[in-house]
Amino acid sequence: MTDELDDLKRALDAATPAPDADRKAATLRLAEENFDRVQGSADVARHTGQKGPFAPVLKGVTAMFHAMTTKAGLTATTALVAVGLVVITPMGRDLLTGGPIGVGEISEIPESFRAPAESRERRSEALQLADDEDGAGSQVVRQDLSAEPVDLNAGQQSAQPQMELAEESFANEVQGLAKMEAAPAPSVAADADARRIIVAPEPVIAPEADTEAFSNAETNTLKVTTEEPVSTFSIDVDTASYAVVRSSLMAGQMPPRDAVRVEEMVNYFPYAYAQPEGEHPFQPTITVMPTPWNAGTELVHIGLQGTMPALEDRPPLNLVFLIDTSGSMQDANKLPLLKQSFRLMLSELRPEDEVSIVTYAGSAGQVLEPTRAAERSAILSALDRLEAGGSTAGQAGLQQAYQVAEAMAAEGEVTRVILATDGDFNVGLSDPEALKDFIAEKRESGTYLSVLGFGRGNLDDATMQALAQNGNGQASYIDTLSEARKVLVDQLTGALFPIANDVKIQVEFNPAQIAEYRLIGYETRALNREDFSNDRVDAGDIGAGHTVTAIYEVTPVGSDAIRNGPLRYGAETAAVDVSDELGFFKLRYKRPGEAASRLIETPILPGMGEAGQDARFSVAMAGFGQLLRGGNYLGGWSWSDAIGLAQDARGEDSFGYRAEAIDLMRLAEALDR
Amino acid sequence: MRMEVSDEALAGQAADGDAEAFSALLTRHYDRVFRLAFRLTGVKAEAEDLTQDVCLALPTKLAGFRGQARFTTWLYRVVVNAAHDRRRRAATRANAATGWCEVEQARRAEALEEAEAQDWLTAAMRALPVDLRDTVALVLDDMTHGETAEVLGISEGTVSWRMSEAKKRLRQMKEDEA
Repeated sequence: MTDELDDLKRALDAATPAPDADRKAATLRLAEENFDRVQGSADVARHTGQKGPFAPVLKGVTAMFHAMTTKAGLTATTALVAVGLVVITPMGRDLLTGGPIGVGEISEIPESFRAPAESRERRSEALQLADDEDGAGSQVVRQDLSAEPVDLNAGQQSAQPQMELAEESFANEVQGLAKMEAAPAPSVAADADARRIIVAPEPVIAPEADTEAFSNAETNTLKVTTEEPVSTFSIDVDTASYAVVRSSLMAGQMPPRDAVRVEEMVNYFPYAYAQPEGEHPFQPTITVMPTPWNAGTELVHIGLQGTMPALEDRPPLNLVFLIDTSGSMQDANKLPLLKQSFRLMLSELRPEDEVSIVTYAGSAGQVLEPTRAAERSAILSALDRLEAGGSTAGQAGLQQAYQVAEAMAAEGEVTRVILATDGDFNVGLSDPEALKDFIAEKRESGTYLSVLGFGRGNLDDATMQALAQNGNGQASYIDTLSEARKVLVDQLTGALFPIANDVKIQVEFNPAQIAEYRLIGYETRALNREDFSNDRVDAGDIGAGHTVTAIYEVTPVGSDAIRNGPLRYGAETAAVDVSDELGFFKLRYKRPGEAASRLIETPILPGMGEAGQDARFSVAMAGFGQLLRGGNYLGGWSWSDAIGLAQDARGEDSFGYRAEAIDLMRLAEALDR
Repeated sequence: MRMEVSDEALAGQAADGDAEAFSALLTRHYDRVFRLAFRLTGVKAEAEDLTQDVCLALPTKLAGFRGQARFTTWLYRVVVNAAHDRRRRAATRANAATGWCEVEQARRAEALEEAEAQDWLTAAMRALPVDLRDTVALVLDDMTHGETAEVLGISEGTVSWRMSEAKKRLRQMKEDEA
């Protein structure tokens, strides 16, 4: 042993705290309960969803292609975690192989050889494992909800002795998933929980080794119109990214690059676009304007304004607050802020609206029976009694919340689960992909889900996004009471009352006019071209009064700013359409409760519309977001240019949101020096 | 009275469904698990969560313990794998990292004079790549290189190589400071 290591050992010994006694007692008790449950459930036959020997294979492969091609943004990141490959050997044992999850280290190669060949190494480890497990005739099966769990049980509980640890956790995972589908009753779910090993994605150590991270969030690249004239994406009304950026900047740090989703930075702000007229619940306003950061390009600015139905006519609301009361929630900016926020929101409710509260921490429980909002004091005192402690049983909590919600639902009412968490789903909700399916299923039954994130540190942005997107809800991040006010009071109606579901936008550019284009933001919302007219593909939703903005930067034919030179061998495709349209805008949406989509379409004409303050402010925010992400396409455009543009376009700003954004730009400018 | 029974025997009884044996085993090892969890993560709350995850999963995992290894070695392996799982998941998310990497958090958690020592520790642990860090955490938790190798599923030679690599990096760090 050497000096350096001795120092480190002393420091480690000194730093290691004693375990928390209460937590220890609680954990021991829970573990004992789990133990009893495992004993009790050992010989219960398990449901299997498999319909034939290859059913899981086929289903898995289909789902895999789906996951690969839709590029569903953040949800894809989480999907990738779930898309591990399983090798089922004839002996019924599973190996977790390849992919982003990888296998526990089996062999070791000196450091210098390792770094460049990470994935190859993992694959070879996997192969090696397969050999060890006499894997002749192995089938490769993707993990899937319907994957056969019985084999795994057999492997675990009877004759198969040598379970590798790495595979064990995975076997548990498959069991848990299978059970989740098979029996959503809370008691069984709790059992499933107990079988899960690590569940919540926890940011523990900077993941220098993992190249998977955020690969889906790469900035949209410039497209050549002749090669790819059509751009398709789902709208996004989330605002969480802006609040996360704010909380980072306020703490004196530049936000992590991948935390910045430009469209959410833009959509955080209310804009007053033209109000909808006629049959459709919203109205697209298209403006073609010069690009502030590039004289050779133009911006096609698309603003959607959702209609605001008469508030008096709104249907009664059933709200189930699902509140995370795990130990990590006790910080002042978590549970206490949450209580204050809900108090604010309560004043916005009507006497006939109903509220129920379910908490989850260790075990899930209903702390407030469905109660009419008129009984304010009963609701407030239930809120006040909430205390943080224990760990998080996210899945059991969600299941109970949905049960309560379904019991409250009635014809003509709007029912919604509002999940408030710091993202720490550590017990039970392991796999965002499986949970997404669960939530999507509940969405079909008419119960929607919104997610409010609190606190930093273990905020699980990816899971929040995945949950809200699949629950037809909005993911918001609450860092201050004024943000709570914005989300839960000023914009409550929009957040709770959807006016259109599955809103997709498709723009076809005219190669005769536009040489290149690029969509700013919406990286995580890209759709396939064919998904546009496929009504079964889910997309974002618009709430009452919401505005959504999408901005394309387009390079006209003949501009100096064209970045892609002509191809030497490419056949010169003469543009057939010599119209002066820049492109054609199409939008599909469904009215709530309808299965078939409706279409809105309009040509994009040169010089269309007039860039008002709202449009220009949204462009300033788009520029700000791009600067935070590194600003590849911005040339020399700087923080001060963004500040100037935003100042100029600040407008009335009655809530002060825009002034705050300008402050943030200044902070970022100072931090970037 | 249970305390005389070996870990391995208790584990065997627990795997056969003896609840009392399971409780005794868990009570005996909870603090060790927590200590290792802390060393792997560097944040108390994180260590508590990791410990809980491990404990709650143990009833099912015990079926996989066949007594080929010492129980503690097996248990440490479970903890290390659980920590790996957590990191992998953490890698998929767009947010601020905590753990050894979040100096801020450590600062807040500790009293001021402790913070200085903690900062050095945090910086030192940060300076190590993750596999070296895990190896260091185990060896400095009074495990032999052989035991560490068994826990990590690597060869003893690799453990020794990693330890000397860690030493090299720490020395480098010290020189950079000076």
